Amino acid sequence: MAAVRKPKIAVWKFASCDGCQLSLLDCEDELLSIVGAVEIASFPEATRAVVKGPYDISLVEGSITTPHDEERIHTIRRSSKLLITIGACATSGGIQALRNFKNVADFIPMVYAKPEYIETLSKSTPINDHVFVDFQLRGCPINKLQLVEVLNAFLNRRKPVTPAHGVCMECKRRGTVCVMVANGTPCLGPVTLAGCGALCPAYDRGCYGCFGPKETPNTTSMSAGWTALGVTEPELVRAFRSFNAYAEAFRKESEAHER
Amino acid sequence: MNAKTIKVDFLARVEGEGGLFVRVRDQRVTEVKLNIFEPPRFFEAFLRGRKFSEAPDITARICGICPVAYQMSSCHAAEDAFGVHIEGPIRELRRLLYCGEWIESHALHIYLLHAPDFLGYEDVIQMAKDHPEAVQRGLRLKKIGNQIMTVVGGREIHPINVRVGGFYKAPSKQQLKGLTEDLKWARDAAVETCRWVSTFTFPDFQRDYEFVALRHPDEYPLNEGRLVSSKGLDIPIQEYEQHFAEEHHKHSNALHSALLERGSYFVGPLARYNLNFDKLTPLAQKAARTAGLTATCRNPFQGILVRAVETVYACDEALRIIAHYEAPDKPYVEVTPRVSIGHGCTEAPRGILYHRYRYDDRGLISNAKIVPPTSQNLKAIEEDLSEFVSARLHLPNDRLQWQCEQAIRNYDPCISCATHFLKLRVERE
Repeated sequence: MAAVRKPKIAVWKFASCDGCQLSLLDCEDELLSIVGAVEIASFPEATRAVVKGPYDISLVEGSITTPHDEERIHTIRRSSKLLITIGACATSGGIQALRNFKNVADFIPMVYAKPEYIETLSKSTPINDHVFVDFQLRGCPINKLQLVEVLNAFLNRRKPVTPAHGVCMECKRRGTVCVMVANGTPCLGPVTLAGCGALCPAYDRGCYGCFGPKETPNTTSMSAGWTALGVTEPELVRAFRSFNAYAEAFRKESEAHER
Repeated sequence: MNAKTIKVDFLARVEGEGGLFVRVRDQRVTEVKLNIFEPPRFFEAFLRGRKFSEAPDITARICGICPVAYQMSSCHAAEDAFGVHIEGPIRELRRLLYCGEWIESHALHIYLLHAPDFLGYEDVIQMAKDHPEAVQRGLRLKKIGNQIMTVVGGREIHPINVRVGGFYKAPSKQQLKGLTEDLKWARDAAVETCRWVSTFTFPDFQRDYEFVALRHPDEYPLNEGRLVSSKGLDIPIQEYEQHFAEEHHKHSNALHSALLERGSYFVGPLARYNLNFDKLTPLAQKAARTAGLTATCRNPFQGILVRAVETVYACDEALRIIAHYEAPDKPYVEVTPRVSIGHGCTEAPRGILYHRYRYDDRGLISNAKIVPPTSQNLKAIEEDLSEFVSARLHLPNDRLQWQCEQAIRNYDPCISCATHFLKLRVERE
């Protein structure tokens, strides 16, 4: 039998805030064990050393926003056995996808005196709009414990255990009283994917949708609930248009309230 | 053939994407370009039409490394506009949260990003093989900074508990007390960090910088103060745009900020230290002196040492706040929006972060301007490189490239921040 080779992991960045790859460095207790079990082949935020591909696992952070990046993601896909996207930018286009709802022709001169210096696409799009993605880990930012679980699962050839249900379930498990029912606080929890641990309601605030839509969300019903609490149409549009604005369920619901 | 170029296509161990290009001809540096190719994300543009209360959570997403800085500057800007001033335990909680971000960010930079340069490693993973104790100390220090952010802010990256006027929920006295033992360990570890870093070899290099930082009569600056400089600037933050402006260069997706009167300037730990040494706690001052520093330090390579001193301060300050903390009756102060302009300027780990917003009568943002610390340091970084390379042309290329990268990391540049894109004020041909 051939000597056991450590799996090669690469971390790639597109348009993003760096927070999701920082989650890997934030695994203070696990970091040295992780880097003991794998070979970090490319991770520019952490190392200047680069090992040539192909890579066993590529972690991809960020969304596609430039012509150059549109090409680069294909190169990365070709050199990766498994490609895992991490975070709202990579899985839904991120906060920068707010440009997708505007006419970029109006947008650019508003910001740039010299637009000819800048190369940018009219839309910010998630990675799986461009290449096949093996697994998507959602969140703005991702939950670092979920990241460890996903790495662990793929390294051991099993399916990662990450929930598909909503934040409401996490509140019940945590024993948090419903902020919407008890206090009349608008909350995106009923339609938002679990993963953060239902943080916001535990801090007396409504969920604001960092993890994007859960499986089969009933956004129409939730919007009706918000309207009953006195939330206006423009406020509903803004609520669905944040870090996961271009995720299909949130995009459609925000557009429904814009008409 | 007397021409040579140093080219680093992809700068490592910085937050975000950038490269370096230096051209040398006839033993003279003729061109230095820090290429910023991090894609622009248009934050100022899409902040238009959003409510004042959304700015802290939206602008936090400019940077996963220093989200608290964005939340603080945007909150202060709204409070400035709506005529509210936060005092008492809420103000203290903000300082505590910021201490957490400083400890986390400084430990990350010292141990994981910059120390490998000084000790000759490609990264912390290689460094950990020879210096396991130091790396474990750094990781635990970083973790304790993150714990403060988690207790006060809800989570370490993009905290959820910050709002204009204060917090959604104030932590209990008991919760904060629970941090005490770890913070005492962290304070000792930070002192040890100063000692460890002081054994590094620092290239002999300094320039006549203009340091710019906040200064407050009663405290080392985090959230509030006047903007002062080592060359006589002394203004309220509301006058920032009368003295500073941004320039757009073709090679960079980040704007370069400059002082209108004098050009480049320097923000961050070294600037804060030089302008506020007297406001450090006795323990932090002692750690600095023991490490061989005086009240003035102009060598940017010693920035790593000053970060360690600031980490001692942040632990000391966090312990002080926790010891005196009594939870407020209400975790936030109500604000009433009005047609107005608000300014916020706070000390991110990398230096001053300026926000300015115009609001309409419903509190919707009609115009936004954000100037992150790295944009403000870009000019100084390029000037450093020009002078630094000129004096080291005899070095072989790989050695020179290593030292250039190290010189850039002196500033702990956060390229994700610098490239969120700003409204242009000045152009240069």
